[in-house]
Amino acid sequence: MSEVLVQPPAEKKSLLGKKERKLLTDPLSDNNPVTIQVLGICSSLAVTTQMKPTMVMAISVTAVVALSNFVISLMRNAIPPRIRIIVQLTVVSVLVILVDQALKAYMYDVSKQLSVFVGLIITNCIVMGRLEAYAMGNKPYPSLLDGLGNGFGYGVVILTVAFIRELLGSGKVFGFKVIPDALYEAGYVNNGLMMIPAGALFVVACYIWIQRSFAKHLEEKE
Amino acid sequence: MSPLFLAADLISVFVRSIFIDNMIFAYFLGMCSYLAVSKNVKTALGLGIAVIFVMVITVPLNWLLLNKVLKEGSLAWISPSLAKVDLSFLAFIMFIATIASMTQLVEMLVEKLSPELYGALGIFLPLIAVNCSILGGSLFMQERDYEFAEATVFGLGSGVGWMIAIVAIAAIRMRLRYSDVPAPLRGLGITFIITGLMGIAFMSFLGITL
Repeated sequence: MSEVLVQPPAEKKSLLGKKERKLLTDPLSDNNPVTIQVLGICSSLAVTTQMKPTMVMAISVTAVVALSNFVISLMRNAIPPRIRIIVQLTVVSVLVILVDQALKAYMYDVSKQLSVFVGLIITNCIVMGRLEAYAMGNKPYPSLLDGLGNGFGYGVVILTVAFIRELLGSGKVFGFKVIPDALYEAGYVNNGLMMIPAGALFVVACYIWIQRSFAKHLEEKE
Repeated sequence: MSPLFLAADLISVFVRSIFIDNMIFAYFLGMCSYLAVSKNVKTALGLGIAVIFVMVITVPLNWLLLNKVLKEGSLAWISPSLAKVDLSFLAFIMFIATIASMTQLVEMLVEKLSPELYGALGIFLPLIAVNCSILGGSLFMQERDYEFAEATVFGLGSGVGWMIAIVAIAAIRMRLRYSDVPAPLRGLGITFIITGLMGIAFMSFLGITL
């Protein structure tokens, strides 16, 4: 998968105008897929107890979103509207099978840890949402960038959540101990709340709270 | 296995899938529609019933597909020479195809048999195909190696658990309109926090062994 991810920046230099750059940066904050578009929460939060599987998950999702956007955009004029969801699901599941096989082959332990959540990338709403909202109506190259941008936006959120959860929940970052033993001896205790599913929801809620207090225009009127 | 033991096993799977391994509170599956369609109780209930329906059909169907077609050695019933064929890497695409076609079928059936219900559910029915909890149900069934009866009961229980969750959050959100939530937390943020609190409440079922 790594070659696929490395390629775009090389060709971007010549092709990266203002519009293209906007496609990449907008999903990072103002149009973030997780906190603003409310997509892809389904399969993401359960994997965020540690940084390492989260990183793998973020890369996998970015690869699937970018590539499926690209493929569907190539085929967009040939897909009959009535059966488009099945066509999209087929393309996405083929890509997810590739990702799953690659993970099983090269990173077996992480793949075991992620268990069903790799398969669930198929129904990750980010993928379907971007296909419907962007790839069906745009050219292949912008669609690829849109996919990459949304993948990164998703990655930023889940990596932040995983960082906070791993640091507070088990005192580690990427599996390395960062909180010194002296602190534990002085009475510091890991926060068990961060390790249970509910912890992820609280961290995301705080993330949204902070993001929206800085960007007032994103607040919801209910 | 004696019938009594089997029944106890099935009840255990059923209760576990509703309360302990709840799709929403323990695995965050089906969060997208859970957040989008939980603004009033009536539509939440409708969607919940549709999810139960699709889940009860697709989990056993995918079980048959997995154990009679895809798993290594499962093709031996056609001819012994196929006994070594292992197609389980195709599981994702077969599961999602089953789910998508079943939702289409359910949609057509409901449209024919009860136009009233179809009108109420209309928009949500096709969306079920991309509800993570449905595919999640089939994937958990694969990972946990359920028997056929267990898989059916697991599908039913997961659907019921999902419905309980979405109806409860819809009821809470209806009351929430009258409360004074800090502006940046309104909508999405507060719903996350409430879901987290409900998740903690559901964790109290963890100690129950059946």
